Amino acid sequence: MLRQMEGSQAIAATVASCRPEVICAYPISPQTHIVEGLSALVRSGELEHCEFVNVESEFAAMSVAIGASAAGTRAYTATASQGLLYMSEALYNAAGLGLPIVMTVANRAIGAPINIWNDHSDSMSQRDSGWIQLYAESNQEAIDLHIQAFRLAEQLSLPAMVCVDGFILTHAHERVELPAQTQVDSFLPAFSPRQVLDPREPVTIGAMVGPEAFTEVRYLAHYKQMQALDAIPALASEFESSFGRASGGLLRRYRTADAELVVVALGSVLGTLEDVVDELREEGLRVGCLGIKTFRPWPGQEVAGALSGAHRVVVLEKALSIGLGGIVAQNVRSGLAGSGIPVHTVIAGLGGRPITKRSLRRLLAEARAGRLNETTFLDLRTDLVERELQRTLASARSGPHAENMLRDLGAVAAGPV
Amino acid sequence: MFEVRIHGRGGQGVVTAAELLSVAAFLEGRHAQAFPSFGSERTGAPVVSFCRIDERPIRTHEPIVAPDALIVVDPTLLHQVDVFGGLEPDGWVLMNSSRSLEELQLTPLRERSSHPERLVSVPASQIAREALGRPLPNAALLGAFAALTSAVSLSSVLAAIRGRFSEETAEGNVVAAERAFAAVRGPAAALEASRA
Repeated sequence: MLRQMEGSQAIAATVASCRPEVICAYPISPQTHIVEGLSALVRSGELEHCEFVNVESEFAAMSVAIGASAAGTRAYTATASQGLLYMSEALYNAAGLGLPIVMTVANRAIGAPINIWNDHSDSMSQRDSGWIQLYAESNQEAIDLHIQAFRLAEQLSLPAMVCVDGFILTHAHERVELPAQTQVDSFLPAFSPRQVLDPREPVTIGAMVGPEAFTEVRYLAHYKQMQALDAIPALASEFESSFGRASGGLLRRYRTADAELVVVALGSVLGTLEDVVDELREEGLRVGCLGIKTFRPWPGQEVAGALSGAHRVVVLEKALSIGLGGIVAQNVRSGLAGSGIPVHTVIAGLGGRPITKRSLRRLLAEARAGRLNETTFLDLRTDLVERELQRTLASARSGPHAENMLRDLGAVAAGPV
Repeated sequence: MFEVRIHGRGGQGVVTAAELLSVAAFLEGRHAQAFPSFGSERTGAPVVSFCRIDERPIRTHEPIVAPDALIVVDPTLLHQVDVFGGLEPDGWVLMNSSRSLEELQLTPLRERSSHPERLVSVPASQIAREALGRPLPNAALLGAFAALTSAVSLSSVLAAIRGRFSEETAEGNVVAAERAFAAVRGPAAALEASRA
């Protein structure tokens, strides 16, 4: 059914149509509306045969999901930012044990400084946890990816994270096609666990493994995740034939065929980028963009193939590996090694800074002119940075950066006391 | 693409207003995107929400920087926030005030506009107080907005209101929207529009 609704409510309704049996969550902005929506659906009885477990923390949320999944039920949770970090230890366990939990991450920055706005620092920090990571470009794709994620996770017996830009998507009201229950039911069969805790047939899920087999268990985890590179396109194609629209997959190529300059990005900024690409194409410039829909497993061959004709690549990313630079760019570079194609990192949209078409156009003009450094921070306020650096040189006790810069901006009224 | 920015304060329903506007456009078979300015919500703090309306799917997710229309729910913001920032020279401005634009010292704004008739003030809070018993000006402003811009029809606004609120609340808001529409276009046009 075609509806105009908030992203979070659309995700909640879709997750409900996937018939989860256990939902355990702890609220955190900007994830809150999703789990509020689901708890209302459980309470009203609209979502049947499902237990909503109120937990005291994100660590507990993931731990309950692990228990529920090991007991053979379809388990779901959602979180963001500090919440994701707080469940990190359990996250590795869910993946290591091979439990097909599905989780929404409403992407948000990580503190300090505390910041509730969107970027990808949270999910990127867990990229090596063993979870599959899918990134949604729009609310329609967020809906569709959840349905695909349950099927994928259960098929491979691996947990999957659906990353949805916090606020930008979760709090946006857009037109979405909500899939009918019958459609979801025919795409997503009942959960048939590969391993289950059953007193009649006792097994240990989580046996201690020493040096004699640890490498092999890890190898299998990698092997299984790499299988997703075949499973995801197959599922996306099956999804398209049963739901009548393309969603997900490994990559989305947008006007890249003859593009000299290709921008690689993930998440909601892709829509803005596609608009910019269209504008520049009208001006006769050969520009395209490549959307990464699956970040883990990394579709290295497909990315390298999609970029092989480019003269220059810009990776636009909403996270920063401090001390290195771009995380996505590092992955892209590994596939283009030896190709001679320059790959530039552009860090953008940190902590909710808007990524505007105007800034993107300016950035792409710099890139085309060959004036881009290896790593660039989009719209960096160099004046703010310079003033703070001067203060640190002028005084050994110059104080906290964050407050000093807020004072420069007039956002903190108080002076030294 | 028609882009609207709404300025108000936390608790005045600024986010709901953008949502309702997007639903009204959706009901006309068009594409719409409504979103709030994201922050730590506090009652009384300045709040901004946005709505885009287009005939084509809307892909961009940048904030609206050059709006075609502004709705100012709380005129006290004029002294606090750059509410007119980025407004297109031929843009529409709808002020919620029982005072005229001249009384609000907005004559220079009108002089700068290429279409001064697109700048109006409507006593939406007063209309809401009479229709609802509470000074919640959202619905009235959307009715006036439909009258001023024709970006959406009054009947779509009324349908969006009826779809969002319980019957009793909806009816008061419907009356407020109709009266505000009439305040801009006249009672005869309002009667015709609400039956459309």
